[in-house]
Amino acid sequence: ARLYIVWYRIVSGLSLNISKVCHLSISGVGIVSHVHVKMADEAVCVGPAPTSKSYLNMDAIMDAIRQTGAQAVHPGYGFLSENKEFARRLAAEGVTFIGPDTHAIQAMGDKIESKLIAKAARVNTIPGFDGVVKWRRADECRCVCLLGYPVMIKASAGGGGKGMRIAWSDDETREGFRFSSQEAASSFGDDRLLIEKYIDNPRHIEIQVLADKHGNALWLNERECSIQRRNQKVVEEAPSTFLDPATRRAMGEQAVSLAKAVQYSSAGTVEFLVDSKKNFYFLEMNTRLQVEHPITECITGLDLVQQMIRIAKGYKLQHKQEDIPINGWAIESRVYAEDPYKSFGLPSIGRLSQYEEPVRLSGVRVDSGIQEGSDISIYYDPMISKLVAYGASRADALKKMEAALDNYVIRGVTHNIPLLREIIVHPRFVAGDISTNFLPEVYPDGFKGHPLSAGDRRELLAAAAALHIAAQLRSQRFLGEQRSRRHWELCLELEKSVHMLAVSHSRGTYTVEVDGEKVEVSGEWNLASALLPLSINGSHKVLQCLTRSPAGDISLQYLGTTFKVRVLSVLAASLSKHMPEKLPEDTSSILRSPMPGTVVGVAVKPGDTVAVGQEICVIEAMKMQNSMTAAKTAKVKSVHCKTGETVGEGDLLVELE
Amino acid sequence: LSTVATAVIGSRLLHNSRWYSISHLSVQDRIEEKRRAALVGGGQKRIDAQHKRGKLTARERIDLLMDPESFVEYDMFVEHRCADFGMEADHNKYPGDSVVTGQGRINGRLAYVFSQDFTVFGGSLSGAHAQKICKIMDQAMMVGAPVIGLNDSGGARIQEGVESLAGYADIFLRNVMASGVVPQISLIMGPCAGGAVYSPALTDFTFMVKDTSYLFITGPDVVKSVTNEDVTQEELGGARTHTAVSGVAHRAFENDVDALLNLRNFFNFLPLSNKDPAPVTECHDPSDRLVPGLDTLVPFESTKAYDMLDIIHGIVDERDFFEIMPNYAKNIVVGFARMNGRTVGIVGNQPKVASGCLDINSSVKGARFVRFCDAFNIPIITFVDVPGFLPGTAQEYGGIIRHGAKLLFAFAEATVPKITVITRKAYGGAYDVMSSKHLRGDVNYAWPSAEVAVMGAKGAVQIIFRGKENQAEAEAEYVETFANPFPAAVRGFVDDIIQPSTTRKRICRDLEVLASKKQTNPWKKHANIPL
Repeated sequence: ARLYIVWYRIVSGLSLNISKVCHLSISGVGIVSHVHVKMADEAVCVGPAPTSKSYLNMDAIMDAIRQTGAQAVHPGYGFLSENKEFARRLAAEGVTFIGPDTHAIQAMGDKIESKLIAKAARVNTIPGFDGVVKWRRADECRCVCLLGYPVMIKASAGGGGKGMRIAWSDDETREGFRFSSQEAASSFGDDRLLIEKYIDNPRHIEIQVLADKHGNALWLNERECSIQRRNQKVVEEAPSTFLDPATRRAMGEQAVSLAKAVQYSSAGTVEFLVDSKKNFYFLEMNTRLQVEHPITECITGLDLVQQMIRIAKGYKLQHKQEDIPINGWAIESRVYAEDPYKSFGLPSIGRLSQYEEPVRLSGVRVDSGIQEGSDISIYYDPMISKLVAYGASRADALKKMEAALDNYVIRGVTHNIPLLREIIVHPRFVAGDISTNFLPEVYPDGFKGHPLSAGDRRELLAAAAALHIAAQLRSQRFLGEQRSRRHWELCLELEKSVHMLAVSHSRGTYTVEVDGEKVEVSGEWNLASALLPLSINGSHKVLQCLTRSPAGDISLQYLGTTFKVRVLSVLAASLSKHMPEKLPEDTSSILRSPMPGTVVGVAVKPGDTVAVGQEICVIEAMKMQNSMTAAKTAKVKSVHCKTGETVGEGDLLVELE
Repeated sequence: LSTVATAVIGSRLLHNSRWYSISHLSVQDRIEEKRRAALVGGGQKRIDAQHKRGKLTARERIDLLMDPESFVEYDMFVEHRCADFGMEADHNKYPGDSVVTGQGRINGRLAYVFSQDFTVFGGSLSGAHAQKICKIMDQAMMVGAPVIGLNDSGGARIQEGVESLAGYADIFLRNVMASGVVPQISLIMGPCAGGAVYSPALTDFTFMVKDTSYLFITGPDVVKSVTNEDVTQEELGGARTHTAVSGVAHRAFENDVDALLNLRNFFNFLPLSNKDPAPVTECHDPSDRLVPGLDTLVPFESTKAYDMLDIIHGIVDERDFFEIMPNYAKNIVVGFARMNGRTVGIVGNQPKVASGCLDINSSVKGARFVRFCDAFNIPIITFVDVPGFLPGTAQEYGGIIRHGAKLLFAFAEATVPKITVITRKAYGGAYDVMSSKHLRGDVNYAWPSAEVAVMGAKGAVQIIFRGKENQAEAEAEYVETFANPFPAAVRGFVDDIIQPSTTRKRICRDLEVLASKKQTNPWKKHANIPL
């Protein structure tokens, strides 16, 4: 028997000489939850990069299934995993769909219907307008009268934050409707929307359920998924610091009763919103494996993919509810190819010129579908990997996550490790004081990277100085020549402040005097390695050197964030003051694309006058629509983009006068 | 220096005070006086003006370029000899005149340097100025060490007339004599106009400083009066023009400090002379490192582009590649890197730009680089993905035949170790040119994606199967036969078909073997490259 798996975003890593990014990957039955592209035995190309022509192209996938003689299909997550039509077509061909029955997918896939079923199954639900909303004046009044602002607009067929908007006023409601229906149409081919009361400052906690075809169901504890940006999860953990055993059981039992109400089989997830008083409300049920399933596997010891295969084959559940433990603590960070400094993450693309996963660390698991050389393209969600750390306690898991993030080498695309690394050490996160508004609350002015304390600053400067000297010394070490110099005076510039440092060196250890304090830095000083494991004043720190220019510019990743340090000799620094200042371009009058994507609408033409905040154009990237607005009130000088055009990051879109 | 001298003379005074009269002390005073005067060049006011322009002084530049305390100055006491137009007056004499010359160390290795002093008569070239430069050039050739010129000069010293012109010619002659003997580098850090431009043009590498340096035969005023063109200094001969349009300069840097620090880095790639082997530095990058990303780099469709720099960065030590002429004729990439610590020259077609075809500019750019490497014992690694020479009247009228021949000539005559990797297309005459086996390539590899053929499938099928009905079938047949590395491999024109990820490992191993390569061309006065 062979098992075929349409895996989530299978990237060119697999594609030997095939640059097309889309494949149906195939693996032997033995492969379970660690299913990994690199482990697939065979690959079948199902079409070109745009998902509508490949992963969402059912005909091509059905062909591939026929061609390879597959007996079962695991749909992974995303794409067709919750598509009832796909499940129906598989059933018609006699191919086992590793997942729930079609009617459960259908019932739970529709937000309106699922809410009605949940209500009937005595699951707590959010007050709202339980029906399809088409934007009309009457509905506006009705909804708002019923609920009061804020309200949440959601795509009925949606998930993963797509087609979802919060509105605090009539205007926002109107705009939200437009975006949500467009996004819903492009992502799910279904633009129906619903509207419900928006629960402010909630936590997002979900219950993993497992049900067989014989009417048995289990709940496998919860996952805390409150750390989100734009309604997409960023950091998840299991268990939640917030739930007491009673609430956990209540949620678990409601989740199981919902599963039973739809005769669910396979693994599924019931998502709840939990308010500060531990009231919880049913949000939706995902009838597939979740991205964050590994953390549940860690704490329960169950292999969910294996369980899904067993269930699909018709076996009964092996476990009883009381067999399901909570062992230790697991945390998952979603490593995305995106720029965390722009709205907590705008997509970025590129080729992974260097890529090393921290897999040799104990208690760390990395699930990815890419490898060095892979292209991150605009066609898919920009996820690079799921990074899971598992420890005996939460503190232990967090320590492991820190190390994993520090040892993760990603070059060639902008990634969100700076943000992940900051979240997991933030006092509020460490204390478990989080909600879905965590990011905007903690970083009201946007994420700015790790704020350096005086001690951090000293460590960073000392490391940069030592690295600079190590490189200098090596550049003087031609074969057969050896020069010995032991003391240096350096001038370092970091975040616009200038520091004079005295460095002395003996046997790989650099003693650096920074602002009157001595810092000892030692290490192997392998200048070819991406990782820079150092001992700084006796404590182990892993830094990464991203770039090192002959003119003394060093980019170092320290505590997740990349810092630019300029290291110059005292002489070069003193002469630098004569160098002419090069003026950066005035960015208020030009609008550049913040990310690569497609222009889906241009709202202005040359000569128009725009006001601050007025929409100028809309860029779609990774299936998210982003409205680009004017930074000042001015006349439009020129427009450099057209609807339908593909733009790169930093491309000029519109010039204002 | 001066304090040392005082100390020596002072101790002698103590021992034998009777021998030293007032007049000796006054000589000493005069020495001190001259040295002091030499150190301030044209005086503090002009130094300030130089700084205000965002430029460093001649001496500051040397201090930054050379290792601390390594610079030994020559001819500090030389003065100009002009007696016309009041130049003989004392206030018009500057010890050392308008150039600072000497030798010193860059990362411990010897280099000769001259640095023109714009604060003295605008750095203009007098007979004495030229004589100072010639002196260090002669010595550099004798001992075998590179010459670095830091150019910042308004041009000829008009007051000196023909003596200044003679000075230029003396330098030009030495540039030519030193060519291929020691590396010569010019860093243009201010104006360099008129006849003066030919000295940098004769050197191996010309670098510029953005916004503050200019190179032109005649300035904007003369251009206006002769051709009635309105052009700024920057447009006519600025760093952007020469690095992107004319190809006169090889690279440009942000400012003086940036340029000099980069020059130190660049210097490390070069051997000291044609008698020296390519330098080898300590290397932390394992020579047998696999580069998995390369296995998926070349796109399946032969019409799709990829970035040759991804291959180069992946293969060389520490991704450290010093690209020469990065903004000119971008369809070919050339530059220096290291393999297992040893300097190599890299030449690669760039599929991202004009499909990586060879045209006039890329041929000339590649040829000059290959000849430099060959002259200075630097092994050449060539990455081939070339669809052929660029067709068209512009190219034919421009003489692509003559210019393309330069690259062919350069590769053919080179006797340094030559390693070639065909990554994808190697079509037509361009296949021959790009360091093929037939031009004495020592090790020639093909990646599995290589296609060595006379031309692409479409064009070939139209000729071979003219009039045949099923063109698609014929095309498939052609692809089957030629669009793979086998036709070349079965004939031994490539030595092996290698997995792309192993390329670094293979090349490092080959370079070890080829380090002792000895090959000579037949005796000749010099070859006659199609200039």
